[in-house]
Amino acid sequence: MNPVNPMLPEVFKIRRSAQNTEDVFTLELERKNGGGAGFPFKPGQFNMLYVFGVGEVPISISGDPTRPHSLVHTTRAVGTVTRTLCQLKPGDEMGVRGPFGTSWPVEEAEGNDIVIVTGGIGLAPLRPALYQMFARRERYGKIYLLYGARSPGDLLYMDEVGLWQHQYRIETRVTVDAARRDWKGNVGVVTHLVGKISIDPVHTMAFICGPEIMMRFTRVELTRIGVSPDRTFISMERNMKCAVGFCGHCQYGPHFICKDGPVFRFDRIQNIFGRREI
Amino acid sequence: MDATRRGIQTEIVLAATDLDRLLLALKETGYRVYGPTVEDQAIVYGELDTAADLPRGWTDEQDGGIYRLKKRDDAAFFGFAVGPHSWKKYLFPPEVKLWSAHAKAKGFEIEEETANPQKMAFLGVRACELAALGIQDRVFLQGSFVDPVYRSRRDGLFVVAVNCSVAGGTCFCVSMNTGPKAESGFDLSLTEVLKNGDHYFLVSAGSEPGREMLARLPQRPAETEHRQSAAAVVENTAAHMGRTLNTEGLPSLLAGNLDHPRWDEVAKRCLTCANCTMVCPTCFCSTVEDVTDLSGDHAERWRKWDSCFTMEFSYIAQGSLRSSARSRYRQWMTHKLSTWHDQFGSSGCVGCGRCITWCPEGIDITEEAKAIREAPQKTGGKP
Ligand SMILES: Cc1cc2nc3c(=O)[nH]c(=O)nc-3n(C[C@H](O)[C@H](O)[C@H](O)COP(=O)(O)OP(=O)(O)OC[C@H]3O[C@@H](n4cnc5c(N)ncnc54)[C@H](O)[C@@H]3O)c2cc1C
Ligand code: SF4
Ligand code: SF4
Repeated sequence: MNPVNPMLPEVFKIRRSAQNTEDVFTLELERKNGGGAGFPFKPGQFNMLYVFGVGEVPISISGDPTRPHSLVHTTRAVGTVTRTLCQLKPGDEMGVRGPFGTSWPVEEAEGNDIVIVTGGIGLAPLRPALYQMFARRERYGKIYLLYGARSPGDLLYMDEVGLWQHQYRIETRVTVDAARRDWKGNVGVVTHLVGKISIDPVHTMAFICGPEIMMRFTRVELTRIGVSPDRTFISMERNMKCAVGFCGHCQYGPHFICKDGPVFRFDRIQNIFGRREI
Repeated sequence: MDATRRGIQTEIVLAATDLDRLLLALKETGYRVYGPTVEDQAIVYGELDTAADLPRGWTDEQDGGIYRLKKRDDAAFFGFAVGPHSWKKYLFPPEVKLWSAHAKAKGFEIEEETANPQKMAFLGVRACELAALGIQDRVFLQGSFVDPVYRSRRDGLFVVAVNCSVAGGTCFCVSMNTGPKAESGFDLSLTEVLKNGDHYFLVSAGSEPGREMLARLPQRPAETEHRQSAAAVVENTAAHMGRTLNTEGLPSLLAGNLDHPRWDEVAKRCLTCANCTMVCPTCFCSTVEDVTDLSGDHAERWRKWDSCFTMEFSYIAQGSLRSSARSRYRQWMTHKLSTWHDQFGSSGCVGCGRCITWCPEGIDITEEAKAIREAPQKTGGKP
C-alpha cells in the first residue's frame, strides 16, 4: 500500500480470470510494475478494488497467504462495480488498495478443532484461512467445513473442496436451499449442520462468514453444542468508502468494520449483533 | 517561563484600533487569513483582508431552529457566538479531488493530487472550536492512517483563538468542558475587553510562532487589572450558557437505551435533512464520487462531505441498513455522545450548539439526552 497516501490505488494487471458460477468470478492479479514482493496479507483481510472510471468496492482476498506472489479475489456480480469487475479479462488493468482489516486467528487456533460455517460467497474470505491451516495441518484437530448455497449451481470451488477432503482430512458438509431431484446431497439451511458434528467444544474455534441472519442462527446452534462466544469469530459487511477509518460509513456501534473488523471475536460485538438498524 | 526570562512577552495588551496590525503581521508572514465576516445575514468564515471585514458591532440571537443577526450597542469585534460555518471546511474541504486516472494504450495510470495549499491563519477560533480541531486531528492524523489532505492543510496552521465574551443561546461548552476560555492548542489567544470607554485585547501567546507574532505587534504591557478584566469577561460568559448537558455516565446510559421510545418521538420531528451534520465541527463522514469525462479516458475521484442521515450512507447490495429516521438520528446522537468515547477517547460533541440552532425543527441534542436520562429503559441485549 502507498505508505503516504492510503487513498491512492496501485495499478494491477489481470493474469487469469475464471468463472466459478453463473454470477461469481475469480480474478488473479499481479502488480503492473512487477515488484517481486508479491502481496503479503492475512486470511480474512480485504482490498479496495477500483475499476477504471466506474468505482471502488471492498472485496476479500480469497487466495493462498502462503503463496503471496499472486493476488486472488472472488467476486459476485451484484451491482455496478462488481458487474464490470467480473467482465475484466486477462491483460486488463484495475486498481488495488490494501490489504485492510483484521484476520481470522489461524495461528491462535492451533491445537483446536475448527468449525467453519459459511454460506454462498462467504467461502471466499475463509479460503485463505483454510489454505494456511493446510500448510500446517498437523497442528489442528478436526477441521469441519459446513457450506451452504442457494442451489448446487451456486456452490463455489467444488473441485477444490473435494480435494481438500482427502488430501487434508477436512470434514466437509455441503447443503443447498433448494435443488432438483438429481442433487444427491443435503437440502436445507447450513445452520442445521452444526448440531451434527462431533467436536470437543472447549477446544474448538468457530469461524463464520455469511449473511447476518445465517451467522445469528449459527451462533444459536454453536451455543447448543457448547462453543462459547469468545471462541467464535465472524466477518461483518458494511458500506465502505475509504477502508482506513475516515469515511465513517462502516461504523457498527463503537466499531469501524474496516479497521476493528471485518473479522470480530463474537463476544466483542454480541451486545449489538442482530439488533435492527445499528 | 523561559521566554519571559529572556525578556520576550507572552502576554500583552493590544489596542482595539491596532487589531489591523495583527492581520497585517499575519499576512506579512505569508499566511492567508480566515475569520468571521457577515454574509447573507449570518456570520460565516471567509478570507479576511482587514479588520473592517470582521462583524464589528454585530451579535447573533440563537435558539432551537432560530438564528438572527442584531446590531450591538457597542463596537465589539467579536461580540457574537459561533455561526453556521466551522473551520473544518478549510482542513477537511467539503469537496476535494483525491486523484485522477488516465487511460493509456494498454490500461491506465493514476496521478496523485499534490495540491500544496498556502499557509493559513484562522482568526477568531473559539474554545469549543479548538476542541473540535483537536478531535478532527485525532480522526485524521492520529490513527493508523494519516489523511494527506488534512495533513497538508493542518501543518503550519496558525491559530488565533478568541475567548468568548457572549454565550450563544444554544451554547453548552461549560457542560462539555471545552470553553468558554481557550486553554491550549492556539498560537495566540485574544480576550476582547470593553470597559469604561477603553477597548482593547489581552493577547496571550501559546506557542513559539505565537510569541514571535506577538513581538511584531504594537503593545502595552499587560497589568493585573487587564488580566482581571479579561477573566471577568470569560466568567460572565460561562455563567450565561444557553443550554446544559449532564454528561455523567452518558456514554453507557445511551448505549443501554438503544430501544428507548424517545427515539421514535424524535424521529417524528427529524426531517433527516442532514443540516446538523453539515454544521457540526467534529462530523467527519465523507463519500467518494468517481467522475469521468465524455471521452471516458479521464477519471477523477473526489471526496465529499457525507451524512449518516442519508439513506445511501448505509447502503449495501441488500439495501439500506438504516432505513428509518429513528435509526439514523440514533446513530448520529449515540455516535456524538457515546461511541465516540470508545473510538477516540473523548466525546464527539464540544457543545457549540450549531446542530440545535440550524435544525429546521429545533431538535435539541441536550433535550434528547435529558429525556432519556429522566426515564431510562432497562434494555437488555435483546434485538
Ligand atoms: C470487508 C468486505 C469484504 C467483502 N468481500 C467480498 C468478496 O470477497 N466478494 C464479493 O463478491 N463481495 C464482497 N463484499 C461485498 C461487496 O463489497 C459488495 O457486493 C459491493 O460493494 C457491491 O458494489 P456494486 O457497485 O457492485 O453494487 P451496487 O449495489 O451497485 O452498489 C452501489 C454502490 O454502493 C456501495 N456498496 C454496495 N454494497 C456495498 C458493500 N457491501 N460494501 C461497501 N459498499 C457497498 C458501493 O460504493 C457501490 O459502488 C465485501 C464487502 C465488505 C465490506
Ligand atoms: S453535536 Fe451539535 S453541539 Fe455538539 S459539537 Fe456537533 S454541532 Fe456542536
Ligand atoms: S436533527 Fe434536525 S438538522 Fe439533524 S437531520 Fe434531523 S431535522 Fe435535520
